[in-house]
Amino acid sequence: MNPTYLYSLISMGGIAAFLAAGLGFASVHFKVEQDPRVGKVNDALPGANCGACGYAGCSAFAEAVVNGEAPVGGCPVGGDKVSSNIADIMGADADSSDKVVAELLCGGGIKETTKSGKYQGIKTCKAANAVNGGEKECQYSCLGFGDCEVVCPFDAIIMSENGLPQIDPEKCTGCGKCVEECPRNILLLAPLSAKTHIRCSSHNTGKIVRKTCEVGCIGCSLCAKTCPVDAIEMKDNLAVIDYEKCVNCGKCAEVCPTGTIEFQGRMIEKVEINDNCVGCTLCAKACPVDAIEGEVKKLHEIDQEICIQCGLCFEACNVDAVDLFYKDEE
Amino acid sequence: MEEFTQILLLFISTVLINNFVLIRFLGICPFLGVSKQVETAFSMGLATTFVMTLTAAATWMINTFILEAFNLPFLQYVSFIIVIASLVQFVEMFIKKTSPVLYKALGIFLPLITTNCAIMGLALLIPLNGYSFIASVVFGFGAGVGFTLAIVLMAGLREKLEFGDVPGVLKGVPVTLIIAGIMAMAFMGFSGLISM
Repeated sequence: MNPTYLYSLISMGGIAAFLAAGLGFASVHFKVEQDPRVGKVNDALPGANCGACGYAGCSAFAEAVVNGEAPVGGCPVGGDKVSSNIADIMGADADSSDKVVAELLCGGGIKETTKSGKYQGIKTCKAANAVNGGEKECQYSCLGFGDCEVVCPFDAIIMSENGLPQIDPEKCTGCGKCVEECPRNILLLAPLSAKTHIRCSSHNTGKIVRKTCEVGCIGCSLCAKTCPVDAIEMKDNLAVIDYEKCVNCGKCAEVCPTGTIEFQGRMIEKVEINDNCVGCTLCAKACPVDAIEGEVKKLHEIDQEICIQCGLCFEACNVDAVDLFYKDEE
Repeated sequence: MEEFTQILLLFISTVLINNFVLIRFLGICPFLGVSKQVETAFSMGLATTFVMTLTAAATWMINTFILEAFNLPFLQYVSFIIVIASLVQFVEMFIKKTSPVLYKALGIFLPLITTNCAIMGLALLIPLNGYSFIASVVFGFGAGVGFTLAIVLMAGLREKLEFGDVPGVLKGVPVTLIIAGIMAMAFMGFSGLISM
């Protein structure tokens, strides 16, 4: 046998055996006790090491999750599935209520607004904003060239025929790129659970808004007066909603004369507590206006005078003791 | 004294004149990929310097005592790859146990740099140039310092570029490549600095 073969085999085999022994030794003697959840979370992640979460790779993110520094839903690539898997490992709720999505604070599409002229420049919002503010008369309106659509890495934004971006809450990951891109600053990140949105950003006076847009906020402040939990504040001729305070009762959308406020939920007519009630007081604690009364372990009752029909008690109840009667139901 | 001067000159020539990134065009991937922030770029450079110095020492020994001794130069590629990979793995485990602070600083960059062409290029250049052991280690260290210099300079430029008014078509990677080209040309100016 040619000695070269022999030498190659022996030397390579020797090197490999030596290195394998070294690594084996190291894995036993230099073992660092780690939270077993770190490995599990790491396995649940996509493993692309893209760094979109803000950490140096998936393993760093996994460690941060286990240490409680990063949210379980912090992986923008994995989406809901990965975050719920991680949530299972961490024993926490998937916190879908914490998920934020982009919302457009303008309802004035091509149909609803008046034009101030014809824009023939570069077809991007940035250019239009820099030159003369596009075609629409309202200087707070959506320019409609879809810079947000272009910048969205998840294809969650599609420009509608009416010239307004439509955001798919399923696809939106709340990365905030469109919010940064929008030159008019009329996009914002709102909790996915928020169902009430004031679709206007105009600080113009009611008179001007009336002339330029069919669905703009005229600053009448009816919504702010109606809101049972003071979640709406009038700021310089514009109603601004505080998503933290809002209980999604939809009362503001009902009174808004211009239809600026969009309520995506169902209006509740009446709330009642039935005999299933075990007197746990969870509903009373959840009620934002203290309309529920009753002692511990006794049937609770809702004071219909005070009740604002927000339905929070329905969500809080564990024993199906709260009945909701919707307005659109006969 | 003569030897010391030679070593010093070798170091300077590796850092500036034969810079791995800008003159030899090795390790372009991390040079463009991890050069967005000075801080991370520096960590990457640190990890690279570390791995390169180790690689130089390890591969010199493998090459001299095994491959050259048995006249097996064709095994360079294979043996260097497994040696570098397992060595870095070993060192990573060692650091994790002994120095969590250093482990945090090098972090993910340590395993990432292992399979980089700059490391492999270094390992193959050493037998090609016939360096002694000390010269090899200095060559490896110098290559790492050169890489760090290039990547940190790049990161600094790119950080400033964030505020610059870059035309849309050149935004992002294109302008980075242009900068890399200009930097490479600038580094060519060092070529007359010393003659070995």
